[in-house]
Amino acid sequence: MAGDRAASIDPDALSWYEATARQRVAALADPGSFQEFLPPTERRMSPHLPLFDLPRAFDDGIVVGRATLDGGPVLIAAQEGRFMGGAFGEIHGGKLVGLLRAALDLKPKAVLILFDTGGVRLQEANAGETAIAETMRAIVEVRAAGIPVIGLIGGRAGCYGGGGLIAGTCSRLAVSESGRISVSGPEVIETNKGAEEFDSRDRALVWRTMGGKHRRLTGGADAFCADTVFAFRRAALGLIGRAPAFDLATLEAEQARLEDRIARFGDCRDATDVWRRLGVNDPETVPAMDTDAFEATVARVREADHDAR
Amino acid sequence: MTLAEILASLFPNGHDVTVEDGLVSGTGPFADGRITVVGIDGDTPLGVDGALRLSRIVLDAIRKGDRSPILVAVDSDSQRMSRRDELLGLNECLAHLAKALLLADRSGHPTIGLIYGHSAAGAFIATALATRVLAALPGANPSVMDLPSVARVTKLPLDKLEQMAKSTPVFAPGLDNMVATGAVHVVLDPGKPLGDQIRDLITGMEPGDVRDRLGAERGGRPVARAVAAAVIDQARRG
Repeated sequence: MAGDRAASIDPDALSWYEATARQRVAALADPGSFQEFLPPTERRMSPHLPLFDLPRAFDDGIVVGRATLDGGPVLIAAQEGRFMGGAFGEIHGGKLVGLLRAALDLKPKAVLILFDTGGVRLQEANAGETAIAETMRAIVEVRAAGIPVIGLIGGRAGCYGGGGLIAGTCSRLAVSESGRISVSGPEVIETNKGAEEFDSRDRALVWRTMGGKHRRLTGGADAFCADTVFAFRRAALGLIGRAPAFDLATLEAEQARLEDRIARFGDCRDATDVWRRLGVNDPETVPAMDTDAFEATVARVREADHDAR
Repeated sequence: MTLAEILASLFPNGHDVTVEDGLVSGTGPFADGRITVVGIDGDTPLGVDGALRLSRIVLDAIRKGDRSPILVAVDSDSQRMSRRDELLGLNECLAHLAKALLLADRSGHPTIGLIYGHSAAGAFIATALATRVLAALPGANPSVMDLPSVARVTKLPLDKLEQMAKSTPVFAPGLDNMVATGAVHVVLDPGKPLGDQIRDLITGMEPGDVRDRLGAERGGRPVARAVAAAVIDQARRG
């Protein structure tokens, strides 16, 4: 069984980026505690992909269920970036929406969303788009009930399109260097606006503009992780304990935070310009910094930590 | 209908709604009080700057505490696609606007979306799809992606996609398909006063998110509701 093998993998060593959704969940949660809802044996497969002659997955590219984390009950959803780029189809979205609605009944200590998505699955675009809107409404309901919703981002597909909007709705986000958060992906911008606007083959530009380090420095994410499941587990536990409330005061603070960001950095061409203005002494060295050096840099940036989300 | 025609129908006795840089804002008399109008006009893309201007208006309306309705009128492009917008955290700004509208709804302000032109992708999610009830006018054209772009990404011939679009609403752009998935609750009658129709929508608002139920009833999203219900059921059983 793949699940058993995953559970035996050492979370200290398991790369989040390389792991499958099932491996991430098994190694993130307390050993043996994960219980899946609508597991692959139920074969809830997309009714739409056959129309496009595309293969289907028994779980439609998302794993949802319950587990414990350090003994506390949590609900977990994990997208599988290797299936259709982790994109939102009808069933994929329905599973996430159902999990969030279940949280209102079960009142877990947190809901964890392990993002790994390119956004909407185009073959089911209308269903995917609507599911993203339903997910955002459901997250707000869960947060308003006092349950933190924590996003973990470090997978192959990144967190793009509507996935980026859902991430922005969460209480807290943890991100690794490989975790990219953005609405329009590099290829989408290049296709629509040209390579002079965004050269999608310039990978360094992609990391600087959308990658985990930029998001962490600017306060777009609340924790930065090394690329191991263990690091994400530790980050999730830390973030659950300091989730902001969902109310007018939080959104007023977020309004001020984002307005301030645009006023201060709105004329910056490159992320390195932003980092320099944030007070980073040697912005050109940021992409090559290891986790410890980067954490030390973040600690000197006032904008990185806030309750305005 | 154009925005001017919509405003004339809604507010025969006048209003102070204006459009600046494609962003709609203002108020007009409604029932015994006033209704706040925000939105996007002229197929304008929504970037970080516009999103924060709209969210500020929504938060100001919530702070007043009068529970007045908020109308979100939309004829937009998709999200603004640029290096600058992504550098500045477009995902946070669009999510912030959606959260402001969702908070307004939770705070007792009826939120009504009105799509009268185009809208797509992130701009659609952050505005019209973040309201409690989304109405449309005939001729509106919501989409996730146009068919030529879908053809490019899926590597399927355009004529095959056009053929498929006739029989399956789940991926094809257009108002009828968004109605079928439950994203758009109702199509209004442009021949009747819009104010009365929007008042009726507010009166008939249901608690919870009814979109997956509508999608199942209308056949555009056949399984989403059942899947969500099955997850809840298994979660409860423990």
